Order: sequence, then C-alpha cells, then structure tokens
Amino acid sequence: MQSPTSPQAGRYPAGGLAFPHRDLTGIGQLARHEILYLLDEAEQWVELNRQPKKKVDLLNGLTIINAFFENSTRTLLSFEIAGKRLGADVVNMHAATSSVKKGETLIDTAMTLNAMRADAIVIRHASSGAVRLIAEKVDCPVLNAGDGQHEHPTQALLDALTMRHALGLPVGSDLNGLKVTICGDILHSRVARSNILSLTALGADVRVCAPPALMPAEVEAMGVTPFFDFDAALKGANIVMMLRLQQERMSGQFIPSPREYRHLYGLTPERLAKAEPDAFVMHPGPMNRGIEIDSTVADHPTCSLITRQVEMGVAIRMACLEVLTRRARGVAGWEAEGVAA
Amino acid sequence: MIAQPLTITGGKLVLGSGEPVSGALRCEGGRIVALGDVTPQDGDEVFDAGGKLVAPGLVDLGVFAVDKPAFHFGGITRAALMPDQGPVLDHPARVRFAAQSGKPDMWVHPLAAATRGLEGSELAELALMRDAGAKAVATGRGWIADSGVMLRLLRYCAMLGLVVVTHAEDAGITGSAVATAGDVATRLGLPSAPAEAEALAVARDIALAELSGAHVHFRQVTTARALDLVRAAKARGLRVTAGVTPAHFMLSDLELVGFRTFCRLSPPLRQDADRKAVIAAIGDGTIDVISSGHDPRGPEDKRLPFADAEPGMAGAETLLPLTLTLVRDGVIGMGRAFELLATNPAKLLGVEAGRLETGAKADIAVVDSVRPWIVNSDKMAAAAGNTPFDRRPVEGRVTALFKGGKQVG
Repeated sequence: MQSPTSPQAGRYPAGGLAFPHRDLTGIGQLARHEILYLLDEAEQWVELNRQPKKKVDLLNGLTIINAFFENSTRTLLSFEIAGKRLGADVVNMHAATSSVKKGETLIDTAMTLNAMRADAIVIRHASSGAVRLIAEKVDCPVLNAGDGQHEHPTQALLDALTMRHALGLPVGSDLNGLKVTICGDILHSRVARSNILSLTALGADVRVCAPPALMPAEVEAMGVTPFFDFDAALKGANIVMMLRLQQERMSGQFIPSPREYRHLYGLTPERLAKAEPDAFVMHPGPMNRGIEIDSTVADHPTCSLITRQVEMGVAIRMACLEVLTRRARGVAGWEAEGVAA
Repeated sequence: MIAQPLTITGGKLVLGSGEPVSGALRCEGGRIVALGDVTPQDGDEVFDAGGKLVAPGLVDLGVFAVDKPAFHFGGITRAALMPDQGPVLDHPARVRFAAQSGKPDMWVHPLAAATRGLEGSELAELALMRDAGAKAVATGRGWIADSGVMLRLLRYCAMLGLVVVTHAEDAGITGSAVATAGDVATRLGLPSAPAEAEALAVARDIALAELSGAHVHFRQVTTARALDLVRAAKARGLRVTAGVTPAHFMLSDLELVGFRTFCRLSPPLRQDADRKAVIAAIGDGTIDVISSGHDPRGPEDKRLPFADAEPGMAGAETLLPLTLTLVRDGVIGMGRAFELLATNPAKLLGVEAGRLETGAKADIAVVDSVRPWIVNSDKMAAAAGNTPFDRRPVEGRVTALFKGGKQVG
C-alpha cells in the first residue's frame, strides 16, 4: 500500500506546503522544489506500474473528467490509465462529440463540468491560456494537458523523470549541468515551453534549435541559448529532444518542404554522432519518421528514450492526480486551502 | 430647439495651448458669443463653474460604438464613428443614419468606409458619403494591403478634401497575431508579430501621402520606429498626423501576463521602450490626437481564451483622466492636453468645435482636473466594462457638459 504522504519526508516543506497549488496549469507556476516533489512522488507509481497488479484504491469514489477540446490519443490515454490505476472513475469528454461543436462557449462547458461535481478536471485546449480561464471558474483541481502554444506541464515532468531514470540519478536529484538540446518547431510548441521552464529550473543547460520562422522572439530571455545550426546545437549535448513538426507547417509557409527540413534538422545517426557519445534521444510523439527523426535513431535500443517517456507519463500523471486530490480526500496535513493557480 | 442663452462664470478657461485663465463665457444660439471678462445678461441661464476648468468638449476621433452614457461621463461631445459597424458604413444612407444617431445631445460624425465592405479592394462611394455627412474616410480596423488601391484612394480623397484615417499594421506580417513579439508573448505562447509591422505600414502610407497630396491620419501610432517616421515626415512638411489611445502610453505588454483579455487591443500593447517613445512623441508634438478607441465588449467577446477574444477596450470614460496624467507628469501643459483631445481632432474632421472661441459651437466641458476617483469595470457608464484600467485610481472628472449651449450631462 502506497503512503499518501511523501516518502521523502524532510526534503520538502511539511504537508500541503510541499505543493500548495490547487491546479497544475503550468510549470511556470512551480518552484524548483515543487517540480522535484512531483518527480519524487512519481517514483512509487513507476514501481507500481511495473507490477502485474497495477491498481490502488486511493482515489476510490472520485470522478475525474478528461475534457479534451483538441484531439489527442496518447495524452488522453495516459491520463485515463493514470486515473483508473489510482481507483478513480474516469470520464472522457471529446470535443468532437460534445456541445462545443454546437457553439457552447468554453465557460459554459466549464460550468457544466463543474456542476457535475468532478473531483479533478484534465483539460486540453487549442488556445493558450484556456486552461487557466477554466480553472478560475471551477471548484475542483484543474490539470493542464496542453493549452495552445503555452504549456504542457505533465509532458515536461515526465521528460525530466525520464532523464533522471536514464542517467541513473537518485530520487531527489535535479538535472544540474545536463546539456539538453531541443530541436524543432519551438515557436508553436507548448512542450518546448514547459520543458524550457522545467529544465532551466532544474539546472540544465538548455539549447533550442529551429529555423528562424519557427524560433520564438526573445526566447533567450527564458534562459536558453538559441541555435539555427543543428550541428552546432548538438555539440556536447547529453540529451537531444526532437519535436514533432506539424505537417501543415511543412508545405511552404514555414518550411519549404519536409525533405528540406530533414536536410537541415532531421536527426540522423550521423547527426546524433555530433552529440556526446552516450547521448540520449527523446521525442514527445507522435513522430514523423524520416522527417525530424530517422527510424534507426528512434528505435535504437539504448539511446532512444521514447517508449520510456510514455511509461513515465503514466507515473507522472498518477502523481499529479494523487497530489492534487489530497485536499478533497482529507489527507492529513493537506486540509488547508491551497494557493490557487 | 435653440437653448436659452447661457453664461458660465467663475471658471478657468482653457484657451489654446497656454495655461487656463480665469474668466467667463457666454453662449447664445448654440454658439460661443463672448469669452473672458463677461457678465451674464438678463434672461441668461447662469452656471457657476466654481473655479473648475471650462474646456472644449472632447472630440473623440475613432470610436466603434455610439455609447452616449460613456461619452457624457467622459466629457465627449463629439465622436467620430468608425465605419466598422454592422453593416459597414460604406453606403450614403447608412452614413446619413449614423450622423443622426447621436441627436439631440451628442454629435456623431461618421467616418466613411474607404472601401466597400472594408475589404480593401474597391473604393466606396466617398463623395456621396461625404455629402451625406461623413467627416473623413477610414480604413477601419484593418490596413489596405494593396498599395495600388491605397494610392487611388488617397488621390481621390485629396481631391474631395477628406482626411484618410488609416490603421497602421502590415497585415502580411501581423497575420493572426494577438500580441507584440517579445519575451512576454513567447512565454505565454501567444501568436505574435514584430512591432516593426507598424513602421512598415506607416512608411508606405507616408510615401503614398506624399505622392497623392492627401492628408493621412494614422489613428494609432504606438512604436518608436513608426513615430520616428511620422516625425521626419512632418519635418518635411507632409500632411501627416498621428493619434494614439491612452492604453499605449499607460500600459506595456507585461499587462498580458495572466491572459487578461481586456488588454487584448489592436494594435497590441507594445514593449515598455515603445510606451516611453509614445510619451516622448506626445511631448514633442509628433502625436496630434489622443482618442479613446471606445469599443465596449461584453463577456461573449472577452471571457474567452486570449487569442479567441475580440480586441478593443471601453475607453471613453478614462480618456480624460488618463490624458491628465501626462499633465501631472509634466509631459504636456493643460492647454496642450485639450488640443490633443478636442482642438486637433475637430480640425481633422473639419467641424467648428474643439476650441473655446467666439463663433464656435458651444460644446463645453466643466472639468474638476484633480477630483480623484477609482475606475471600476463593474460600475461603468459604458455599454460594457472592458477596461484594462480596472481598480486604477485616477484624477480628473467632468462635472458638467454642454452641447450647443445646452446642458447634457
């Protein structure tokens, strides 16, 4: 039976002070030790998920609504599995089959979900800031599963946990000094933003690499080094994180063609050789094989962490759901009203 | 109906660009007939200004809605209505209707749509609209992307003697942007465009103004680079003027943090260096007009994710007090403030108002320039309370308002 209180007592503030937020809207709201707290909490779920019987009853009787206003397969599935393994009743709302298509406003939908007395709402939406807007209108914890081009906090957390496991770092450790190169459509990527915030908070040296049209303005203000030249960005990298390039951005507006993109930014085995010899490769998926990443790299048995990321995703989402529902479940030390957002 | 003769006594008259001077003012037949050392005549209605400012009623160049309660609260007696209405003011009958829509206690001066449907391709019936009451021509919320169309428009308007009010953002660069490119937009993940989109548009339209001889008024110039271009064009003697709204000299894009949709404006809020450049341009005379851009928007347009919300703010009520912050900070004098708020926009529209002088229409605001109050978006007179200045303490309030010598507020 997993303990609902931190197995790392002493490392973090006591009780609810270890994570005094009602919602998880972004990494930007979190302090370094709060990020580490969620990573450490996830370790127990990594263990559980490797057992034949992967279910606990901590969240029995609680209802979690996954409200996905934008299509998703893996994140939705990951949240659904996470909720179910904790014993919660999980309901999925797909925008395609909801009244959103009938013109209902986002706020009305949020109020409806709230009236159904969800104990946690997981939201994905195509507009930056949409999750925060909903969080302000509902009475239960809200988890951001991706809002526009803003944040995707659980992805950044699972990426950090994956790195820690791959590097064999102990529980509680940060990523100090690690050189991480993030390459792809930085401009439109919420995964990139959340990872930049999380990795810089954890002490990593972050480089971002993209063609000019896909590089956000003044990104260096976020504490990263921008590169246009992928080869230069790879030099000395311990982790190479590739981002998916949306097909619609490859047809001339941002990039002349997919093959031209691959020519400059595709992660081939030859390119990967320019990074550190034992560098790891990551990708949040779904991949465009043969465009941003070659199959020989993506499927490499030792250096590719791509399936490990998916595994860690379930554990991270279990940790987030379990921590954020502690107040509702009356866990000792977590009764106080948290700091909203 | 002609109002009874009126004498306003005991005020400080705002005359021209100088400091206000003590005196009285007499109106008859809807016009100012005497100023200065004036005593009321028998049968006059007498209004004691009690030492407050007696200023021309504000002339608000470029509002998106006729919102009388807000205009009266803000001391606005004349509002130039943008053509972006439903339906667009691109037809003489609609212009004629809009021109009547403020009566009897408000002047509404329609701005004719430059192109049919404001689509930027075919010229609208500008002469017919002028004769139906349009006081100027406007490109609306958007820029005319086709330079050929813009040149033909400007040549035609030069002939008709109509000022062309343009929106200055190169649409090819702005695309669907809702913020100025920079670290704030990058952190928030908002679609953004470089501030230079404005300078590009201003540069082209200055060149076309010179070529055509037309008077181009940039409704809002909000960046240092574009202001430099306007400054240089004026120095060369071109017929180019510029306006701005208080948001762009009071606020920067830092206000967007938290996805505050009341701060979603068009053009978007800029970085702080540009905000300071706007203040400098007001101080050195590069900017001629301060207007409200009044655009009341309810929750259905604003309680949305930032990029999905409509741009615009309810600005009529805060136009005067926010402009007075520039007086308090020593950027401009009191006389200059009312040139920016009334005299210059009236001149652009070609209406006999905006200044206190004999023969002018008796549109007068009595202003307590130091009266403190707190902006409250829940209690505004406007049709909606979408102000980015909610909860801000301000100074300066209109205590009485006269249109054509008749008290309306």
